[in-house]
Amino acid sequence: MSAQTLPVTTSGRRSGTRIVLGDWVALAFLAVLLLAIAAPSWIAAYDPLEVSPGNTLLPPSPAHPFGTDYLGRDSLSRVVHGTGRTIGASLVAVSIGLGVGSLLGLVAAYFGRWVDAVVSRIVDVLLSIPGLLLSMVVVVALGFGTINAAIAVGIASVATFTRLMRSEVLTVRNLPFIEAAHHIGAGPGTVLFRHVLPNSYTAVLSMTALQFGSSILWIAALSFLGYGAPPPHPEWGLLVAEGREYIVSSPWLTLLPGLVIVLTVLSISRVAALVRSQQEALR
Amino acid sequence: MTTSTSTALDTSTPAGPGHPGVPGPAAPSSRETLGGAGAGPDAPALRLEGLRIAYGHGGNAREVVHGVDLLLERGRTLALVGQSGSGKSTIAQAAGGLLPLSGHVTAGTIHVAGRDATAWTRSQWRSLRGTGVGYVPQDPLGSLDPLQTVGRQLGQALRLHTDATRATVAARAVELLEHVGIHDAARRLDAYPHELSGGQLQRVLIAIAIAGRPELLIADEPTSALDVTVQKRILDLLGELQRELGLAVLFITHDLALAAERSDALAVLNHGRLVDHGATRRVLAAPEDPYTRQLFADAPATSPDKYAERIEVLARRAGAGQDDAGARAGAAPDGSATGTGADAAVVVEGLVKHYGGAEGRPPAVDGVSFTLRRGSTHALVGESGSGKTTIARVVAGLEGFGAGRVVVDGRVLESRPQHANPYARQLQLVHQNPLAALDPKFSVRRSIEEPLRLHRTGPHAASDALRAGRVREVLERVALPAEVLDKRPRELSGGQRQRVAIARALVLAPDILVLDEPTSALDVTVQARVVELLFELREQQELSYLFITHDLSLVRQIADDVSVLERGRLVETGAVRRVFEDSGQAYTHRLIDSIPGRGAAAGQRKAQP
Repeated sequence: MSAQTLPVTTSGRRSGTRIVLGDWVALAFLAVLLLAIAAPSWIAAYDPLEVSPGNTLLPPSPAHPFGTDYLGRDSLSRVVHGTGRTIGASLVAVSIGLGVGSLLGLVAAYFGRWVDAVVSRIVDVLLSIPGLLLSMVVVVALGFGTINAAIAVGIASVATFTRLMRSEVLTVRNLPFIEAAHHIGAGPGTVLFRHVLPNSYTAVLSMTALQFGSSILWIAALSFLGYGAPPPHPEWGLLVAEGREYIVSSPWLTLLPGLVIVLTVLSISRVAALVRSQQEALR
Repeated sequence: MTTSTSTALDTSTPAGPGHPGVPGPAAPSSRETLGGAGAGPDAPALRLEGLRIAYGHGGNAREVVHGVDLLLERGRTLALVGQSGSGKSTIAQAAGGLLPLSGHVTAGTIHVAGRDATAWTRSQWRSLRGTGVGYVPQDPLGSLDPLQTVGRQLGQALRLHTDATRATVAARAVELLEHVGIHDAARRLDAYPHELSGGQLQRVLIAIAIAGRPELLIADEPTSALDVTVQKRILDLLGELQRELGLAVLFITHDLALAAERSDALAVLNHGRLVDHGATRRVLAAPEDPYTRQLFADAPATSPDKYAERIEVLARRAGAGQDDAGARAGAAPDGSATGTGADAAVVVEGLVKHYGGAEGRPPAVDGVSFTLRRGSTHALVGESGSGKTTIARVVAGLEGFGAGRVVVDGRVLESRPQHANPYARQLQLVHQNPLAALDPKFSVRRSIEEPLRLHRTGPHAASDALRAGRVREVLERVALPAEVLDKRPRELSGGQRQRVAIARALVLAPDILVLDEPTSALDVTVQARVVELLFELREQQELSYLFITHDLSLVRQIADDVSVLERGRLVETGAVRRVFEDSGQAYTHRLIDSIPGRGAAAGQRKAQP
């Protein structure tokens, strides 16, 4: 059958299955980040904690690509050594938000009635408290530190995930194939995890990539306020916060770590989209 | 593909409502003024010559219409018949200047009322819209603005296309609505689209289309979203308007029987090419192309006796005991309720079902009783809102019910069914829309295998190998190739999807299938294959079908018994032959009269003795 005889409605596969240049760049950037987590001293030439009074606030140069801060520490080394702490904390935060949030949303939407009412009201309460305030309350209760800050940010993002998951599941659970699954004898658990979940997590996954970015920022904010990583240790948010005071005279101290955060967030969402389209093409 | 089919449609012979035109063999030769192209009063309403239309640009361009010639004289009806993907809607859009931006004419010409409209821009078309060409779309609700009253939208058409002023427009709108048969038109002007029924909306759209007194009306499947009785009334209205206003009508439809009944000339389209064309009578009596003959054979309305012998064989095998089994058992639900439960697959008695607990509203199902005999096909027929789908869902255990008794395979259903259906081995439901009823993330293999995994105790479900074998076996029985196993539902064609849905229903080897309009979304050729499959399955094993449909011609073709429903009430139930030939019910008569193409069927039989 020639192409001409195909009906008009036949649509091709998604074009996202090809890996384009942008994807390679994102993958390469994430590879560098992984290396920075695994072996930071391979990339960074200096000790991130080493103070050098003669070299304070140097602009970017071949010796110090990101410049130096107000104590003369190499900014690039601090960014590299801060990667593991920042990414790790964000992962913890996002996992808590995603895991708890999706489960609550799934259960609330699928079972409805009083389960939904209880979960939704809790979510309403959580959403009514400003996220940062909520995180601060939690981190004060748990004690200071990077991991505790991450847990606090995770708890503060549960409500968003619950909301999104709930609305997705509400759409899916009224589709005929869910009823068809019940009709052939599937119980609630089977239907929930085999049919409802796989058909509703797409939007939530996209949300996860976004949330990863904002977690980095929130954890940075908590560090800035003094609830997160204690000062001498490098952490991306802390670096941005420290640079703020010198933003007029030495803007690179804020801009370059900020750029790394932006690139990280973009790369993660790009790769997430790539993985999803590859999965769909494979199946 | 190489040569464009050249036509000179014979639409010039006179055709009255009662006697369609006699094909005059000399008529085509008399049309030699094609080159004249003058916009004179004799120019045909629509003329397409060697028309080719492609979608997309450059290397992605895909031609969907491959050189079509059509001629529509003033005041005539030309029916353009084809299946989905045949390009019929594309041609209609091109003739109305409504092609989407990705589509364009690559060769040939379009003449509307003698003027060459091939390369017209949108603004040029605008001058002709309403006053020259009216367009009646397929989906009435989607084609009206939901936030504006019907009167405003009609008024807009009047203001744009006629000399009506602010003062006179309301009176003209009422006049038009009355003209298209809307009662209480003055009050209806203030109604919003959602307040009107589908038939009324289609009437409003027709009123809008004829507001500017066009000479050519393009009707793109104007009734395919409507019930049969409404369809008949709308088409009658179009016929009246045509005679009154001297309209030329380009009637697009997939329903050959409908086209045959309602047109002077017929053009059959297949994959963007005209395969048969000419005066309707001539095409009916002697279809030239095998594709047209295939269409006639596949349309239930034009081949009502296709399965008559096989039905008799099956009925004898079912061995209901009597010679004329259908007439007795179907009409006697009382008898089967008392004792003969053994030969009844499904017994429904006095079923009542309310939706949403609203006592004020009439029930969706109100005291319906019927019996599905073992090994037979029982059709539930009715228009939308008749409760037929509700009954199917109750029988399938998907919905509870208020009062009455439902017995499936000897088991009395609870009035509030369990969430997860434990009786999947007895009865399976085949949904109307297989694409919606199959999990989009599941491969065909997983979808068919799923019931086996859930019911591991059965003979075919114990091990992976047994299950895989059973899946292949069922796949073979629904005549699907093994390649589809790893595909997703959306990668299949409509007919394949419905086969997958049937395979999934059959994999547990149930005795009863509830089929909820299983073919209503399919083209007639695909429908014919699915129906054929249903017969083969019945011949291989004893199966009882509860067949929900709105298509009476299909019922006549395939069912043993039929129950006619109207607004939740049972009008009558009995053997198909008795109901069709000798019904005392006015409603049943009205439904039967709405089957299109009854004349066409007669013509076919005469032509092929």
